[in-house]
Amino acid sequence: MNKASILFIGFLITLATSWIGLVLLPASHYNTQAAQLPTAFFTNQEIIARGQQVYQANGCIYCHSQQVGTRHFRSDQERGWGNRRTVSTDYLRDTVALLGTMRTGPDLANIGIRNPSPQWHYLHLYDPQLTSPGSIMPPLRFLFEPAKENPSADAFTLPDGRRIEPTDDARALVAYLLSLKRSQGELPEAFEPPPK
Amino acid sequence: MTDSTDSSIDPAAIERSRRERIVIDASARGPIIHWLASAIFWLLLGTLLALGASVKLHDPEFLANNPWLTFGRVRPAHLNTMVYGWASGACVGVGLWIMSRLCRAPLRHGWSLHIAAVFWNIGNAVGTWGILSGGSLSMEWLEYPAGAAPWLLAAFAVATWQGVDMIRRRPPGHIYVSQWYLFASLFWFPMLYATAQVLLVWKPVAAPAQPPINWWYAHNVLGLWFTPVCLAAAYYLIPKVIGKPIHSYFLSMIGFWSLAFFYAWNGMHHLIGGPYPAWLISVSVAASVMMLVPVITVAVNHHFTMIGNFGALRWSPTLRFVVFAAMSYTVVSVQGSLTAVRAVNRITHFTHYTVAHAHLGMYAFVTMMLFGAIYYMMPRLLDREWPSAALIRVHFWCSAVGVLFYWGALSYGGLEQGLNLQNPDMPFMDIIARTLPYLRMRTWAGVLMTVGHLAFATSFLLMLFGKVRVVSTPTLFIRPTAKTNPA
Repeated sequence: MNKASILFIGFLITLATSWIGLVLLPASHYNTQAAQLPTAFFTNQEIIARGQQVYQANGCIYCHSQQVGTRHFRSDQERGWGNRRTVSTDYLRDTVALLGTMRTGPDLANIGIRNPSPQWHYLHLYDPQLTSPGSIMPPLRFLFEPAKENPSADAFTLPDGRRIEPTDDARALVAYLLSLKRSQGELPEAFEPPPK
Repeated sequence: MTDSTDSSIDPAAIERSRRERIVIDASARGPIIHWLASAIFWLLLGTLLALGASVKLHDPEFLANNPWLTFGRVRPAHLNTMVYGWASGACVGVGLWIMSRLCRAPLRHGWSLHIAAVFWNIGNAVGTWGILSGGSLSMEWLEYPAGAAPWLLAAFAVATWQGVDMIRRRPPGHIYVSQWYLFASLFWFPMLYATAQVLLVWKPVAAPAQPPINWWYAHNVLGLWFTPVCLAAAYYLIPKVIGKPIHSYFLSMIGFWSLAFFYAWNGMHHLIGGPYPAWLISVSVAASVMMLVPVITVAVNHHFTMIGNFGALRWSPTLRFVVFAAMSYTVVSVQGSLTAVRAVNRITHFTHYTVAHAHLGMYAFVTMMLFGAIYYMMPRLLDREWPSAALIRVHFWCSAVGVLFYWGALSYGGLEQGLNLQNPDMPFMDIIARTLPYLRMRTWAGVLMTVGHLAFATSFLLMLFGKVRVVSTPTLFIRPTAKTNPA
């Protein structure tokens, strides 16, 4: 090979084929699907959008996935992480798909169903050892502040007697977590034949 | 390298070729060292972030009160400073230098590469600051907030332009395999990065389409940017050090085009078991297994080139790093092909096994290859020798043992973690508790690698600013003898 122009065309073609298959096709498919939905479908509450930003900013995704696998492939459903597999349409409402690739912590696809108590989440975020001894999750104490003179309704007392309350970031994060109910409702594409 | 047989006969041709190299190296000196020195700065910062992140996983109270240093920020900051600051920066420096050598074209307009290096550093600084201050995008390999990409793309455009400028000035005739890899990668990286930035950051596509694009990008950065540059370095350095041409032109060609074709389709194996249609995943599983073709081809080609010269590993620092890296490339790629098979991935996905695999690729292959290349380049760029063989020895053994220990410990721990995750009767907290010993071992492996990096940075600084030692012989581990160096 001694022609740079032929090499160059080869580089372009090899990359372009995969670009068509793995970038263009998914993008046009899901963009079309999203475009067919009424705008009202996407109106997420502001607090949930902010909570998702807090989730992204603090890298929850590096330990927590948000996807439930099929029964024959993974033990997710037996662990109680969801009562059906998640499919791509379950993420249509999101602005960013936070599927995750690690399970250093449990899956969160349905955490809003599995643990709907905001008090539990506040305590857990403040210090995971209080609710889940042995956890290796980092404490997110910086999302809380000492309770003010007129404490908010969600202020709480720690085992050592100190009273603290969540910052707006913590409130938003918990609102986001409680909104995660991805396996809700039956979908034909999520159907799995019952195990033999 | 094809004309080396002719020039070995004619002393005048040898002298001409030597003078030519002196001119090329003098033209590259300032700009290339600017890129390499910047890369080493990011390597040290990335190492510090890596150690912090590693300790935090088994000791969550470590530096826990400062939001800037929470695990979920330090980890992506580590990955991005290593991927963009260190590895990409070093790839630009190493790649362009090899390109100018092979094109026999001195670097022109060196100032443009100086400005590009400044831009590259600004981009990385903006990105790292952004992640630590709470602006991470939480898309893997693309965490830098939007402000970083324009700097990086502008800097890279200069590198691409420089590479093309060299290709255009090459003497007529055959283009060597390293040049194919470098020429291609200088286009592939900006195309990948621009696609990802446009479709995921500037004007995001519908959310379900994002993970496929994210993994098309992230896997191809390894496959179509780091891998080609590092293979180009291997194809250049192995024949250079042992003084023998590459075994087979035909195998080089098969290796190159099968890599270009199959690697580009690999990314979706990161989504196995995820919420996607089966065809999307299956096409990547198939392409991942097909990666055995380029990998075995390259391994055979390099092995047959090395045969009869393995003794040179005893004295040549460059060769020791390069051969370690080339062997790691074979191991990590075969491991990758196997891990992409659904039956294996079912166990290993979501576990530390994947993290171990990533480090075998980005460290044992890419980073070790870049170290080897830098050990070869610096004496030629600066016309002086490395200050101490002992420092290089410390670097090699700490890095090599460190990364193998890292890989072994986390692979085993990850496999166990994956098997336990599949057992619904095992409580989640028990699974975590069982990973702890391996996470601690990883920290110790990281300490070892850190020592290696400090030795490397010390060598590099002494080389740049230390008192010039006037020596006439290169810094080798031992003196080559007829027995260790039959060539």
